[in-house]
Amino acid sequence: MKQLPGLEYIWLKLIEIFEKICSSLGIPYFFVFIIEKIVFGIILLIFICITVLFLIWMERKVSAHMQSRFGPMETGRWHGWAQTIADMIKLLLKEDIIPEKADKWVHRIAPIVIFVPSLMGFLVIPFEKNLIVQDLNLGILIIFAFSGIAVLSIIMGGWASNNKYSLLGGIRSAAQMVSYEIPLVLSILGVIMITGSLKMTDIVNAQSKFWFCFTQPLGFIIYLISATAEVNRTPFDIPEAESELVAGYNTEYSGLKYGFFMLSEFTNMFIVSAVATTVFLGGWMGPILPPIVWFLLKTYLIVFLLMWFRWTFPRLRVDRLMNFGWKYLIPLAFFNIFITGMFILLIH
Amino acid sequence: MQERLTSMTNNSEFEEFYLNMGPQHPSTHGVLHLLLKMDGEVVTDVVVDIGYLHRGMEKLAEKRTYQANIALSDRWDYLSSMNNNFAMCLAVEKLMKLQIPKRADYIRVIMAELNRIASHLVLFGTYGLDMGAWTAILYGFRERERIMDLFESVCGARLTYNYFRVGGVSADLPEGFIEKTREFIKYFRKKLKEYDDLLSNNVIFKDRVKNIGIFSKEDAINYSLSGPNLRGSGIKFDIRKNDTYSVYNEFDFDIPVGSNGDAWDRYYVRMREMYESTKIIEQALDKLPAGEICAKVPKVIRPPKGEVYVRTEAPRGELGIYLISDGGTSPYRMKIRGPSFVNLQILQKVLKGWKIADVVAILASIDIVLGEVDR
Repeated sequence: MKQLPGLEYIWLKLIEIFEKICSSLGIPYFFVFIIEKIVFGIILLIFICITVLFLIWMERKVSAHMQSRFGPMETGRWHGWAQTIADMIKLLLKEDIIPEKADKWVHRIAPIVIFVPSLMGFLVIPFEKNLIVQDLNLGILIIFAFSGIAVLSIIMGGWASNNKYSLLGGIRSAAQMVSYEIPLVLSILGVIMITGSLKMTDIVNAQSKFWFCFTQPLGFIIYLISATAEVNRTPFDIPEAESELVAGYNTEYSGLKYGFFMLSEFTNMFIVSAVATTVFLGGWMGPILPPIVWFLLKTYLIVFLLMWFRWTFPRLRVDRLMNFGWKYLIPLAFFNIFITGMFILLIH
Repeated sequence: MQERLTSMTNNSEFEEFYLNMGPQHPSTHGVLHLLLKMDGEVVTDVVVDIGYLHRGMEKLAEKRTYQANIALSDRWDYLSSMNNNFAMCLAVEKLMKLQIPKRADYIRVIMAELNRIASHLVLFGTYGLDMGAWTAILYGFRERERIMDLFESVCGARLTYNYFRVGGVSADLPEGFIEKTREFIKYFRKKLKEYDDLLSNNVIFKDRVKNIGIFSKEDAINYSLSGPNLRGSGIKFDIRKNDTYSVYNEFDFDIPVGSNGDAWDRYYVRMREMYESTKIIEQALDKLPAGEICAKVPKVIRPPKGEVYVRTEAPRGELGIYLISDGGTSPYRMKIRGPSFVNLQILQKVLKGWKIADVVAILASIDIVLGEVDR
């Protein structure tokens, strides 16, 4: 069945018109190209903001209904849709407290260090075939590279706060994120071996017959588990384990800085789900509905799954988490690569 | 404590640091202060600092009449007020050698057991919360809410009931209470299975609490533990059975015991106890006799000179009251033997060598109420 034309159709048409106008005015293509990217970037930024606001609202609603409550119902009349907006305004108006003995510079920079990379991940996510900021050759590697920076920020935040709970949270997350980054990358290696490309669009196009979640089920499961750990959500929310470490690395953060940590947590969650969609669930592909709708549907399915995990599972203990990562996930990921390699050898 | 502190700080062979857990901390269940000496994530020494919620309950009791003391007893262990009332009234009645009507006895047992369920439900919820499972608490409180509604229909209050009186209870059961309670028990038994599916049998939860914070039988006895903490260590001792009071000898129920004495056992003993409580309530509702709800008691209660010790099985363990009367309108001295306070003492011995995440698991499994620890 043929898909309906998506947003990319409109986008490409607009670009065409814009380029025609510019070339008739005699503006060099280089500038036109840059303007296009900037416009796209701004649209993307707005999209991210709305997504995060929606995700926080969704998290509240999902958790509420799992716990036989309603969640926010008042703000904005319809099912409390404006609740997160109100919360953001509240965060903006809060006093920004820096502890007296904190390392002030590092304390200030940490939220930015976590927020910017989480935005950069969106650079290479293909919402549709041509709806992508820059389809880099390294695509997926860029996402993992940027998500690796988040560890740095958490350690910075934990260290600079000069609070023991924060420090413990920072140390924990350093250990956790470093050890779960490995199975995360390894789980995708199987897919990359099949496609032979790191480019996101290539990976999606390779799934026109079979989604990789069927041909690489083990890789998909390993990816989901280590992605949950990567974005610090229950059962792997050990860096901010509320009942032990109060709030972990962000104990001493307030106001907008806390908001940045919060925002990046949710953007990371979206990115992780979007990558899962792209790599394992066939990205924008699907019958009838426009591609962008398919992409968002699949992404939100994974997001819902992550939320489901959070509201039903208890938290693992930190040493068990390490055990699980190193003793089970990484060997399994290697096993997956081995199996994939054997198959590729047999086929060729 | 100061000596302990200095002796702790002197040993600086390793890179150890101190962590003040509490008094303001999400999982110390109130204002408990644990000073932990940490080697990385491992606890090497601990000082338990209590008293932030001290209100001088025992001294206050000396200035109050016996009736007013019942109202005060609500505030010891505010999660099981009915059981506190129970102990208080039993003590005064024993002193006065008062015979109380059968119906009042049965109503008291029903209330005490309902409150036991409500109290254990709070443990179920908060234990889940401490282990990072957020949904359990709302499930626990959803069912607790129905018990609160039952209590409200009986005595008008939802937390501090002040329902028992010397000689009986303050009001008869309202219309429809028996049916509503039966309905609740039927509903609740189904929910107990749901709790097992959600939390008790969860792989991660079991991994977190099994073989954690083991109290050996000897330790449990030497530290004078009582209630589910004692039974979790495999000792079958329940005051309701072993030193029966009120009409508990007329009911048929089991005493669940654990085997290892770990946090899981203590937790699961409570889950099974809730089922046993439903059994008791059901039998009490079946047998509920008609008649008076309160014995003839003078307006001003002046128990004869003498002293008495009464012990009851509160949800958290042995709640004992040692009461001395000089023949006046208020107690000459009243000593409260609270279960939480006594159970908490084992913490200093047990916590050493566990990780900070286990500290939470062990503390929560002891199930303290700071209102009663500090009194």
